[in-house]
Amino acid sequence: MGNRVAVIGVGQTQHAAVRGDVSLPGLIREAVYRALDDAQMTMADIDAIVIGKAPDFFEGIMMPEGYLAEALGAVGKPFFRVHTAGSVGGSTAIVAASHIEAGVAERVLTIGWEMQSCSEAMWALSFPIPFQQQLVAGAGGYFAPFIREYIRRSNAPDDIGVLVALKDRLNALKNPYAHLHEPDITYDSVKESFMLWEPIRYSETCPSSDGAIAMVLGSESVAEATAAATGVRPAWVHGMSMRSEPSMASGRDQVSPQAGKDCAADVFAQAGVTDPRAEIDVVEMYVPFSWYEPMWLENLGFAAEGEGWKMTEQGATQLDGDLPVNCSGGVLSTNPIGASGMLRFGEAAMQVRGQCGDHQIDGVRRALGHAYGGAAQYYAMWVVGADKP
Amino acid sequence: MRDVAIVSVAQTVHRRAATELNEVEMIQPVILEALQKAGVRKGEIDFTCSGSSDYLAGQAFSFVMTIDAVGPWPPISESHVEMDGAWALYEAWVKIQTGHADTALVFSYGKSSPGDLPRVLSRQLDPYYYQPLWPDSIALAGLQARAMLDAGITTEAEMAAIAHRSREAARSNPYAQLRGSASVDDLLAAPHLSDPLRRHDCAPITDGGVAIVLAAGDRAAQWADRPAWIRGIDHRIDSHNLGARDLTAAPSIGLAAANAGVANGPIDVAEVHAPFTHQEVIVRRELGLADDANVNPSGGPLAANPMMAAGLIRLGEVAQRILDGSANRGVAHATSGHLLQQNLVAVLEGN
Repeated sequence: MGNRVAVIGVGQTQHAAVRGDVSLPGLIREAVYRALDDAQMTMADIDAIVIGKAPDFFEGIMMPEGYLAEALGAVGKPFFRVHTAGSVGGSTAIVAASHIEAGVAERVLTIGWEMQSCSEAMWALSFPIPFQQQLVAGAGGYFAPFIREYIRRSNAPDDIGVLVALKDRLNALKNPYAHLHEPDITYDSVKESFMLWEPIRYSETCPSSDGAIAMVLGSESVAEATAAATGVRPAWVHGMSMRSEPSMASGRDQVSPQAGKDCAADVFAQAGVTDPRAEIDVVEMYVPFSWYEPMWLENLGFAAEGEGWKMTEQGATQLDGDLPVNCSGGVLSTNPIGASGMLRFGEAAMQVRGQCGDHQIDGVRRALGHAYGGAAQYYAMWVVGADKP
Repeated sequence: MRDVAIVSVAQTVHRRAATELNEVEMIQPVILEALQKAGVRKGEIDFTCSGSSDYLAGQAFSFVMTIDAVGPWPPISESHVEMDGAWALYEAWVKIQTGHADTALVFSYGKSSPGDLPRVLSRQLDPYYYQPLWPDSIALAGLQARAMLDAGITTEAEMAAIAHRSREAARSNPYAQLRGSASVDDLLAAPHLSDPLRRHDCAPITDGGVAIVLAAGDRAAQWADRPAWIRGIDHRIDSHNLGARDLTAAPSIGLAAANAGVANGPIDVAEVHAPFTHQEVIVRRELGLADDANVNPSGGPLAANPMMAAGLIRLGEVAQRILDGSANRGVAHATSGHLLQQNLVAVLEGN
């Protein structure tokens, strides 16, 4: 391992279907200024900037780092752009943290965003001929068969997805930044919402959001100095990992992909976690379709194969459960794609730092941030904790 | 800092349109060649990083399909940048510095042939004020060339000489797309394409890619007889605002060059990523190269300019000359965006 890294500032925008009140740089700067304020820094303090977003087509700007250089205070600095599909927000945070771990920077600003109102994300994610057979519309159409296979293998009751969606949307009511605030949501309203891609109902799928998140990462000395000044403890990075596998390969299990298992094993080994269920206090996982909560609980090793849905059904993943999952409301409540992974990483850090307000879990010592992308083939994860590793 | 070296390089035979190949078919043989040159099996690579652009492919998440070119099964530790491959190499270098990897495969590729490249590149601009005007990459470069001519920094004759020298040098580069040039007088007799630029002042439009293997310390010494050690590497960005920038300079190159330590020793070879003749003049000034420096012996981007790969190819061309013993210390430069806005500089050494 290289140098220690900590999260010392987190800021996010108000997320919404359309943020018509701000330009693209204005949206991003809303998150950046909040993160810098949290770290009691200005743009001048930053050594390097690492950004991530999903496809450039979404906002119609090819390689937008050039255009954004001045707005993000990057002129004269290293300015780096990561793109790894839906996991990009997590990957971007990891690349940013690697700069400090490697010793090439002390203070790194990392940002993820998407302004999805500029385009139509569902069709952007429907690969046309000649890239792929025109079989599905949107990511839900792609993932629905694997969810059905999960239900078949695990014999899960057919309302587990409803329970996840209800939990996450109720959690979102405690998160002022969340896109969806649905105070009238009920078990019945989710179950009666129309079927989009069987078994994924409308209320079990993520929204399309405008939003951004920024984090300031610091080296050990910077983190300690910042903590002394702000009185907020750093969230130390205990482990971080990325894994990728092909969209299609003989023997590939799309229900519980090997890359996810390998990534989790790597990140827990780095963090010294041997019993994730007991040693991780809170999880922010990438759940764009409700059923992915039990599926990822198994893939990440929080539950045995076929048992993840029982944790959901028993309430273990609720705010008052023994492994709260997506206290922020998660991707099911807020989904600016390029930011969604970093929101998971950032919310995990906020839990460790005690910054989550009404959705804060008491006494969080260690949290997992998780993101995935592509055909459930790209993974990025980090474990952050209150103790210096 | 750990000692990290380029231990092998492979690239496509660059051409105007690899119509019969998709991106995977185009880049996969190059990746295999780079691994074979180093005598390395896929499983010995700790980290893989690639660079490409969705706007060239015309498809969101296009790299998701091209990852098949590395056969990532069982799963691999991997990342991707929507930047020239030179920045993918930077990410891999950082990864090796963290100690989480000792070896890396870096590759990048671009097929510009399916679209109208100068117009596609106009989509890189400020979407509120510049994009609606559709200024293409050649028109923008023309503004820069005009500013340089007006400032007395270059002449159309010097620009033609750069084109002539580059494409004559490319005669000995089997991968180059354009090899050989008409005389400088004949070049200057041609009409303007976008005043003051003539066709010879512009890089060709190219389909192609490149792959490089990196290794740290002892592993590098095992995988190559004469590794090309990365002694310094840095990247910086300048303003996007055409009205606020001095178009005749690129201070981010000078800054990156200082941080990479270009001036700390003699330069046997320089490979610079200047897609327009007049831009070579800026890059040479910012790098502080001597007038008689050996610049772009491969022919440079004026002889082959595969988008997303041409910058990484500069690192590869310098490394190849160190690997084969014909140079000991060289500088490689990569650029991204319009008018040399974003730049990476690396110093490579044999000893």
